[in-house]
Amino acid sequence: MTYFPDEVVEHIFDFLSSHRDRNNVSTVCKAWYLVEQLSRLRVFVGNCYAVRPERVMARFPGMKCLTVKGKPHFADFNLVPHDWGGDALPWIETAARCCPGLEELRLKRMVVSDESLELLARAFPNFKSLVLISCEGFSTDGLAEIATHCRGLRELDLQENEVEDHGRQWLSCFPDSCTSLVSLNFACLKGEVNTSALERLVARCQNLRCLKLNRAISIESLIKILARAPNLVELGTGSFTADHRTEAYQNLLNAFYKCNSIRNLSGFWDAAPRYLQAIYSICSSLTVLNLSYAPAIQVNDLIKMIRHCFKLQKLWVLDSIGDKGLAAVACACKELQELRVFPSDVYGTGIAAVTEEGLVAISSGCPKLNSLLYFCHQMTNAALITVAKNCPHFTRFRLCILDPVKPDPISNEPLDEGFGAIVKSCKDLKRLSLSGLLTDKVFLYIGMYASRLEMLSIAFAGESDKGMVYVLNGCKNLKKLEIRDSPFGDAALLENVGKYETMRSLWMSSCDVTQGGCKALAAKMPRLNVEVINEREESDEMVENPSDMHRVEKMYVYRTLTGPRDDAPDFVWTF
Amino acid sequence: MASYVEDTELRLGLPGSDAPASRGSKRSLPENSSAGDESCCRNDGSASAAKAQVVGWPPIGTYRKNNFQAMKVETMVVEPEASGLYVKVSMDGAPYLRKIDLKVYKGYQELKEALDSMFKCFSQGELSRKEGCNGSEYAIAYQDKDGDLMLVGDVPWEMFTSSCKRLRIMKGSEARGLEFRQ
Repeated sequence: MTYFPDEVVEHIFDFLSSHRDRNNVSTVCKAWYLVEQLSRLRVFVGNCYAVRPERVMARFPGMKCLTVKGKPHFADFNLVPHDWGGDALPWIETAARCCPGLEELRLKRMVVSDESLELLARAFPNFKSLVLISCEGFSTDGLAEIATHCRGLRELDLQENEVEDHGRQWLSCFPDSCTSLVSLNFACLKGEVNTSALERLVARCQNLRCLKLNRAISIESLIKILARAPNLVELGTGSFTADHRTEAYQNLLNAFYKCNSIRNLSGFWDAAPRYLQAIYSICSSLTVLNLSYAPAIQVNDLIKMIRHCFKLQKLWVLDSIGDKGLAAVACACKELQELRVFPSDVYGTGIAAVTEEGLVAISSGCPKLNSLLYFCHQMTNAALITVAKNCPHFTRFRLCILDPVKPDPISNEPLDEGFGAIVKSCKDLKRLSLSGLLTDKVFLYIGMYASRLEMLSIAFAGESDKGMVYVLNGCKNLKKLEIRDSPFGDAALLENVGKYETMRSLWMSSCDVTQGGCKALAAKMPRLNVEVINEREESDEMVENPSDMHRVEKMYVYRTLTGPRDDAPDFVWTF
Repeated sequence: MASYVEDTELRLGLPGSDAPASRGSKRSLPENSSAGDESCCRNDGSASAAKAQVVGWPPIGTYRKNNFQAMKVETMVVEPEASGLYVKVSMDGAPYLRKIDLKVYKGYQELKEALDSMFKCFSQGELSRKEGCNGSEYAIAYQDKDGDLMLVGDVPWEMFTSSCKRLRIMKGSEARGLEFRQ
């Protein structure tokens, strides 16, 4: 291949879609490295502190699309202090200087200020797509900047962000000349929007295919919007409730009847059962249905709806669906690939909603299932073994038993065998989350069988350092390991220090790792940042000058080319 | 976002107590609890207090959790559909009004029977205007969304329940006037 001209090599590289493949080809030889770096358009940075923005942009001057991820995953559960870091501004500033041709930016778990959004809006004339997932730090003022200045904007996708509401004007900031929107998702915004501005915007953006409304939008507005956008493919319905009762149903029915392209439905925040019938006509073409924010929908109405959804591939529901509802899903949705069942009672103290029975039913009815997130009150080894047998194609398996150390309620045993069966059977498993009572044995199984595993989440599990060591020594593709409240200490941490350079990150909180252990790791591995997060404010002498024996509450270790970060707050110590 | 410190600090005590996080315990939940519910907490027997204190458990995203609280509050407070359709019922000459839940009745017949029994003490005869009966002294009327006084019975039941704001049992000549109004 060295005899081929660069253009040919580049053309061949065009067929490589994954970042991993492109990373691999760039290490083959210098020539390929150069061709690849100049032709890479989509750049993925999994940890914003692993590399400096300048370095990324110097290497990939042709970058058109940038994805950056910030805080560790456990930040989603309040385990990472609010101002730990993950500021997006340095990335946007550097891109403004070095890559003004940037067209797409995707940020996850980062802090994005209005100032950043303003800069983004003004610095990139070809900017087309902004996707913010689980970010915070901005308000509707920042959105107004984007709307005002990004001419030719195609996509504004806000997923599960904390956005401060500074008023409804932002939507009106899309100029009359803006007709390019293809995707608009503001479902996470809490405040009202200017509905007539929204209707006009929808009307003039003839290419709009994805529209996700927030809870402030009532059915009356939804009907008007659907009338102007009959070609929608993805719809977030808004509150799905009406202010006045009589007329809405018939109009809603008519509106949906005309929208025969809808494949993806979500929203339904306050959905009253009467209105659900209006969507039956489109249920049979749905591939994605997200009812996980709709606690008002009762299980019988849910079942009535699900019966029509025979093409469904992805279903997100609340556990109020119950085992009975899941059995109905198993009957109807033979194409199901992904199921997420969220708890409707957040503190897990309510009546048992779904159990192992529901999961077993799904596994036997839906053989194509490959991705699962399941919050339940109990699980048995037998059930997991059955599930493993029925569904060997899992790539993502996340089980959360609400009581963190609950054993198999029938045999009173730990769930080692059940999870062992899963990892043994599902050879393509990439992501696994454990729960329930677990000994070191489950980690032995994981180390032995989960060779493709990339992300593992452990909570309240294991008995000794051996558990963690099995995983570190066994899972050769492991990229992210996050552990909380488990008895793994310094011996485990220091057993295989080279492993951490092959991984993106390791998180350990409320484990038995000590200050001394962290220091030792940092000393051995200079290309890792070993961050210790100390949040106490007590004037405890131990805290001022903690001894090496002092147990570390939260530790975050990640490989990096940059050395200790310069924006670390006081409570983060990097060894 | 202040006082993050206390919120995120793992403890074994009851809320409000100052017991520092135990150095001796490896996890806040013991290993061989056969019934995880009971033995959650080592310092006291309160399982639910310990559960509520375990930061970040169950692992539900903050966004979803926050949305949830908002949703729960609202479904408790604002549920016109589920909580009944109460309208005032007045009867001419009666000293006080009553309230009934229109949702409870399946149709006009049931409604009239209910009103009969409710207001029996105030009337000498039946309220229901039976077909062919000209002697009834009463007519049941309702005030609709537009404020007009309408005779009960003309429109389909669902339409009636959705537009009825209050009921009025009229008697005497006024009632007869209403009967013949178009």
